Amino acid sequence: MTKWLETQVPKLVLAPSFVAILVFVYGFIGWTAWVSLTRSKLMPRYDFDGFGQYAKLFSTPRWDTAITNLGIYGVLFIAISMALGLLLAILLDQQIRVEGAIRTIYLYPMALSMIVTGTAWKWILNPGLGLEAMVRGWGFEDFTFNWLVDPNMAIYTIVLAGVWQAAGFVMALFLAGLRSVDGEIIKAAQVDGIPHWRIYTAIIIPSMAPVFLSAFIVLAHLAIKSFDLVIALTGGGPGYATDLPATYMYAMAFSRGNLGQAASSAMVMMAVVFAIVVPYLYSELRAKND
Amino acid sequence: MTARSVLAASAAVTCLALPALAEPQAEVLHWWTSGGEAKSVAVLQEEFAERGGTWTDMPVAGGGGDAAMTALRARVLSGNAPTAVQLKGPAIQEWYEEGVLADISSVAEAQGWADVLPDQLAAHMKCDGSWCAAPVNVHRINWIWGNKEILDANGIEMPTTWEEFNAAAEKLQAAGITPLAHGGQAWQDATVFETVVLGLGGAEFFQSALVDLDPEALGSDTMVQVFDEMRTLRGYVDDNFSGRDWNLATAMVMNGEAAFQIMGDWAKGEFLAAGKVPGEDFTCSPTPGEGYLYNVDSFAMFEVEGEDKRAGQELLAELIVGPSFQETFNLNKGSIPVRSDVSLEAFDMCAHISAEDMAADSENGSLLPSYAHGMALRGEPAGAITDVVTAHFNSEMSSEEAVEMLVNAVAAAQ
Repeated sequence: MTKWLETQVPKLVLAPSFVAILVFVYGFIGWTAWVSLTRSKLMPRYDFDGFGQYAKLFSTPRWDTAITNLGIYGVLFIAISMALGLLLAILLDQQIRVEGAIRTIYLYPMALSMIVTGTAWKWILNPGLGLEAMVRGWGFEDFTFNWLVDPNMAIYTIVLAGVWQAAGFVMALFLAGLRSVDGEIIKAAQVDGIPHWRIYTAIIIPSMAPVFLSAFIVLAHLAIKSFDLVIALTGGGPGYATDLPATYMYAMAFSRGNLGQAASSAMVMMAVVFAIVVPYLYSELRAKND
Repeated sequence: MTARSVLAASAAVTCLALPALAEPQAEVLHWWTSGGEAKSVAVLQEEFAERGGTWTDMPVAGGGGDAAMTALRARVLSGNAPTAVQLKGPAIQEWYEEGVLADISSVAEAQGWADVLPDQLAAHMKCDGSWCAAPVNVHRINWIWGNKEILDANGIEMPTTWEEFNAAAEKLQAAGITPLAHGGQAWQDATVFETVVLGLGGAEFFQSALVDLDPEALGSDTMVQVFDEMRTLRGYVDDNFSGRDWNLATAMVMNGEAAFQIMGDWAKGEFLAAGKVPGEDFTCSPTPGEGYLYNVDSFAMFEVEGEDKRAGQELLAELIVGPSFQETFNLNKGSIPVRSDVSLEAFDMCAHISAEDMAADSENGSLLPSYAHGMALRGEPAGAITDVVTAHFNSEMSSEEAVEMLVNAVAAAQ
């Protein structure tokens, strides 16, 4: 009896959340997929219409902009956050004084909501009241920094604010990774007279591969679901120059009354996430089975 | 006197005051939550209570009604629609097609709405010939507001053609004043765009391009000229306009940082709230060209269960279109009454211009629904047009490219 309880209780306890996830996550993914194949407008309708919504989606210039922006933002956001995070972690790892305080300072942006980050950066980058106005006030009349209002550059302001927020978090991840490297190996290398930077590039960083992967996955999904930062910082503007798939989906579902179009864009976003996560899961699962 | 007799007496009084059996109930979903608007709704609430009704307020702020629409969808899907919902233009028809709107023709006929509402505006309130919504007000969109002091100092008359406007703007720019206060949000770009379409193309062109979505009109040379003018206007806007809210743009005109703003008559509310006097501190005149673009707010009545709720719906409809609410509400909101028989004595000169032009344009066939404010088109084609307009205004796109994009976008949205 006790034996039976021991094996069954965990299953019983997990069952409700399992059912909830099954219905509210996978069930609604299925529902969204179904709606994306219909001509739903204001309210969901369930008449099958094939892939019309997807064809329309990919012929919409605004969606092109959104996908291109996701590419630019995703690549730059992930690459810069990781590079900057790693650099900060290595610098912090040099047994410096007040490391705890500095670590906290760099980690703090993560505690802010993206809305706060976006609003603060909106004011900083606003040419009329932020950085540009300040530098001009110092007497440099020709100084221009108007990325926020320049449709070609506005997407980079989102990268800037995003990196500011996430780099500290990545630093914390990497710092933990650096500390977990076996000290004996490093000491052995030092005894052999290997230069400091070589120890990092040849020993420490390669042994941190799993941390890189975790950081990448966390940043990638942050990038794909980015919504609040764009809304607060640029509102998708100028025009729709900084639209991302998530803001496109929101506009379609909630302002345009076009659920079918919104559902199809949501499915494409999910496909992008899958393209990143599935190889990761696959490698993780394989590693465990070995 | 015992407590019991007090109860009995009050019950008797209530019975006398309310011969109707069911006590009117209304749950009202709206997004009039800011200062003047909230005050206006409170007026309606009081009138409703005076007539013995119970009002359940359901204000959902945010997103220019997007949040309220999301709430509405959830309520309708769960089979529990609010009694009345702030809806306007083609959105009323869209909800009607979902089969969830109620018929309030009995009230409309008893109150003689057909006699006091302009036909064209009344048409928006009808679903398949029966009344399904009650109109509240008429906003005019194609206004151009000017700072009187600046205009006088530079010897500028209110422009009546877009050429005159451009000439005035050049003059102002030379004098170091931002000619046009504008906020770079898609709906504001669209607002300016539609006034230019009306001004350069005329009422017929507006009708065929932005109401009937005729591909020929959308792809015409006139439309190229409209985009050319938009590009010119872009040059009259300060560099810092991206994302600016409309009321900040109004403040620029008020403070003399800019000379003009093109915006609907809710901008008047900002001027008045700051203690400015129309005709002395600021000018109100129609944008260059002939015609009147309207935006009519209204309440659509949803199908509800129960005698009390239906009674509430009917009472609400009666009060909304009633002359006393029409007057108080519109004085607060900056718009004009939708009824033609309400005295305009208490209203300012801008409202008088608006009412006179509405009557005149209604006869000339140049009374037109605003596309930028969701009166002319359904969400999808309207959004498609706005995407092109705002993309063009905020980039280096040529007018020919924009026209081509416009034709394609509208075709794809139909």
